[in-house]
Amino acid sequence: MIKWKNIFGSLVIALMLASPMLVQAGSVPESKDPIKITIHDWTGQVINAHIMGNVLEEMGYNVEYIVADYLAQFAGLESGDLHVAIEMWETTGKQAMDASLKTGNTVDMGETGMWAKEEWWYPTYLKEKCPGLPDWKALNDCAEVFATPMTAPKGRYLGAPVTWGGHDEERVEALGLDYEVVHSGTNAALFSELKSAYERKAPILLWIYAPHWVPIKYEGEWIEFPEYTDECYNDPSWGVNPDKAFDCGKPFGWIKKVAWAGMEDKWPAAYKAVKAFHIENDEIGELIAKVDLEGKKVETVVKEWMKNNPDAWKSWTE
Amino acid sequence: MSLHEAVLRKETDLLSSEERLKPRHLRTLGSLAGMVAIVTAMTLLARQFAWVGDYPDAWIAPFEDWLNVAMKWLIHECSFGLFTFKEFTRSLAWLAGWPFKLGMGLLIKGFDIALSLPVAGRIEFHLPHLSWVGVAGCAALLGHYLQGRRLALISGGCFLYLALFGQWASAMETFASILIAVPLGVIVGLLLGVLSYWSKTAEIIIRPLLDMMQTIPIFAYLVPILFLFGFGPVSAMLGTVIYAVPPMVRCTHIGLRAVPDTQLEAGIISGCTRTQLFLKVKMPSALHQIMIGINQVIMLTLNMVIIASMIGAGGLGYDVLTALRRLHIGRGLEAGIAIVVLAIALDRLSQAATQGKVRKKSFSMGFVYNHRYSLAGLFLLVLATMLGSKLAFVAAYPEDWFITTAPFWDGLMSWININLYDPLYAVRTFLLIYLLVPFKKFLLNLPWLAVIGVLFFAGYRLGGWRLALIVLFPALFPAVTGYWEKTMYTVYLCGIGVLIAALIGIPIGILAAGNARSAGTLNLILDTLQTLPAFVYLMPCVMLFRVGDVSALVAIVAYAVVPAVRYTLHGIRQVPVSVLEASAMSGCRRDQILTKVQLPLALPQILLGINQTIMLALSMVVITSLIGTSDLGQEVYIALTKADIGRGLVAGLGVACIATVSDRLIQAAAELKKERLGLT
Repeated sequence: MIKWKNIFGSLVIALMLASPMLVQAGSVPESKDPIKITIHDWTGQVINAHIMGNVLEEMGYNVEYIVADYLAQFAGLESGDLHVAIEMWETTGKQAMDASLKTGNTVDMGETGMWAKEEWWYPTYLKEKCPGLPDWKALNDCAEVFATPMTAPKGRYLGAPVTWGGHDEERVEALGLDYEVVHSGTNAALFSELKSAYERKAPILLWIYAPHWVPIKYEGEWIEFPEYTDECYNDPSWGVNPDKAFDCGKPFGWIKKVAWAGMEDKWPAAYKAVKAFHIENDEIGELIAKVDLEGKKVETVVKEWMKNNPDAWKSWTE
Repeated sequence: MSLHEAVLRKETDLLSSEERLKPRHLRTLGSLAGMVAIVTAMTLLARQFAWVGDYPDAWIAPFEDWLNVAMKWLIHECSFGLFTFKEFTRSLAWLAGWPFKLGMGLLIKGFDIALSLPVAGRIEFHLPHLSWVGVAGCAALLGHYLQGRRLALISGGCFLYLALFGQWASAMETFASILIAVPLGVIVGLLLGVLSYWSKTAEIIIRPLLDMMQTIPIFAYLVPILFLFGFGPVSAMLGTVIYAVPPMVRCTHIGLRAVPDTQLEAGIISGCTRTQLFLKVKMPSALHQIMIGINQVIMLTLNMVIIASMIGAGGLGYDVLTALRRLHIGRGLEAGIAIVVLAIALDRLSQAATQGKVRKKSFSMGFVYNHRYSLAGLFLLVLATMLGSKLAFVAAYPEDWFITTAPFWDGLMSWININLYDPLYAVRTFLLIYLLVPFKKFLLNLPWLAVIGVLFFAGYRLGGWRLALIVLFPALFPAVTGYWEKTMYTVYLCGIGVLIAALIGIPIGILAAGNARSAGTLNLILDTLQTLPAFVYLMPCVMLFRVGDVSALVAIVAYAVVPAVRYTLHGIRQVPVSVLEASAMSGCRRDQILTKVQLPLALPQILLGINQTIMLALSMVVITSLIGTSDLGQEVYIALTKADIGRGLVAGLGVACIATVSDRLIQAAAELKKERLGLT
């Protein structure tokens, strides 16, 4: 039973070894080696990676998509195992990215044009129970609405995974909010709770970010904190609380591209195209909705977008 | 010896063990009293001296920095003269990548072949991948060959599920990596097991290593592995093998140890050389235990599929994660079941392969008859694959034919959520307020010196000064490195998890031992629990119990209950029939047989089961941190975000320390018990 497998296997290996790859030394695909683009587990990123990949393929490059952990991918980018990371969020990946850029083996490829919005968020149906929202000053009056047996009399705020930072404990203290911050471990856990509460029309106050399908699918509003400034985070005297920093909302964060440093020499034209990649929140939000809410395939959605917006991506290739 | 005499002897045996029980109870009481005394003393002392209560920050040793320096050296500078360590590991990864590429080509991608021939010039063509019809057919044929129609149906049906539910492509990707990871794990495990059997020194070195491999969360050493072995399926496979090998080593070791002397002597008398004795007497005799090891390698490998997919292996794990990210619970479940189905097919086939009947070759029937299975399989594969190039639905199962039960599961989940949320939530609150929170507070408030004192004392009572010292060092590690609080949090979470798992698992094991017919179903449930990715049931859990310790607890219990059941079952089954008959004749009622004969005799085995339960509970730490607990797993995850290798490794080693301490203490307790029961 095993034998024929061996025979077939060695036959195939023999065939593969007997096939010298003839590479045409051409101008634009400077090398036929596949450019490896990383894929993570949120849809927007997968779509963007595929848009980039499709554009590179149009230019004549070979492209491979590699599933990689968002943060562990830097090990691969530094050693040249991976080449392009299309989304690195200031809000979540800045520290790891800075550490990696310092090695000199990765390069900052500039902003994508998307901006990460993240803030406290609640479903619209809670406005009845808590009419003062979205103003943050109304939060304390509603603390009981959001309380659970474990946090009572304080309200429960479900925050981002600890690894994603966000200074919510400091914010609660600086603004004198009667809330307890509970950290979720992953996105999936976070949104499971939202789904559960939303189905039951139960109170929930949690951290949400965009671009993402959640604020598209579920109706809700962001809490309006005093607007973010750099001073607010650095200077305690700024803002409503004269003694503490973080007495304001969260900053918008850039979303950048990162690439392996060797890319510029190996695939100069592709390097330029990745640098030029640009997409905006509304546009990607629409594509995310098509995939996550309408159930279309990423490949189809990307192909459609390429067909309808040739001007957008053709300019990157020049 | 007449029957009467035999019964009498058994009776006196029982009696004498009853007598010996008395001082033992006193001993246990003495131990408990000692522990209480230590805790009280330390708590009182802690009021006077703060450093008794909380480990002073000034005493924390910078282990993290040392590890960072060491890893940096290993990754960037370590060199063997001609080549560096990194080049060495990279070439290993390159080698290991080939069989995987071959598997991928055969099962999913096909091969692009370009030949330059002197006469015909350049030929390019695409060799298609194997058709799903062929692969599923071969699985059924293999089942029939190994055992018969039943296994043919099972393994063929498993593969058919993958096609019907639209999981084929992903499943084949997972399959390709498993086909390499499992044999690798089995071979490495076998070698290490034999090594630890042969050499006492090797055993002493290997044992703590096994605990570490099983319990250090993979994220702790992920970054160095990615640097050394590159990004992609090979690193993922490596991580998988590290996790899946320990039970194989343990089982091989135990199996070889358990070969009866009579068999060995028979082998020696028949003139076996050392090699023959090993290969023809010891190995076959240990085979049953080794098969349990193989089963565990398969199960654990498939259990790691989810984590591997976070690193760079695509396949079913990635599908599960993506589906759950979008809260498509039904789709996640289907992809999760596909993992279970693969595990079951592989496990049943491999079990049959070693236990199954040997088909004798018959010279009269000729080559074709003797090779009818392989020929039929080959024919089926080639035919189906060739047909596939004409008929698309043979090559790849068409999307229009997919069936899905996802809407049903999503609907069910919503229904439960809307209608049953309140009572379930009440249970959660009750658990938290009356069990979890008090226990957590108790552990976190214990003076660190009290914990170490108790462990040291327990080590001394169970195994003398030697064990006490062995336990002391891993117990000190979390304090010295400054992770005491997080470690105690982990102990609290896993401790309660183990307690609940044991309370559920041991009775189930006992019940199942008395009911042979349920064995098949039970096995199926246990296999499912072990391989269904925790994420699949975790997200519904989070919906019902919210983010927090209760959801984490469900994950731990569901996973860790398996060894508690298996070992109890095994322990009770192995009580000799003669003993049971003797006790029945001496007038024991059924409940007396259970409590006075079966359970005490099975106790060492049950203790080993608890030991494994603890290991598995600790290995879930990596998953619980993804729900949102503040244990060592979270620390490991934070370290990963900050690209701090040392921090992650230290936190990971903290988990391994908990494992080592509990492992040594429980093993010693089991040995002591065995000795007293006269089992050794």
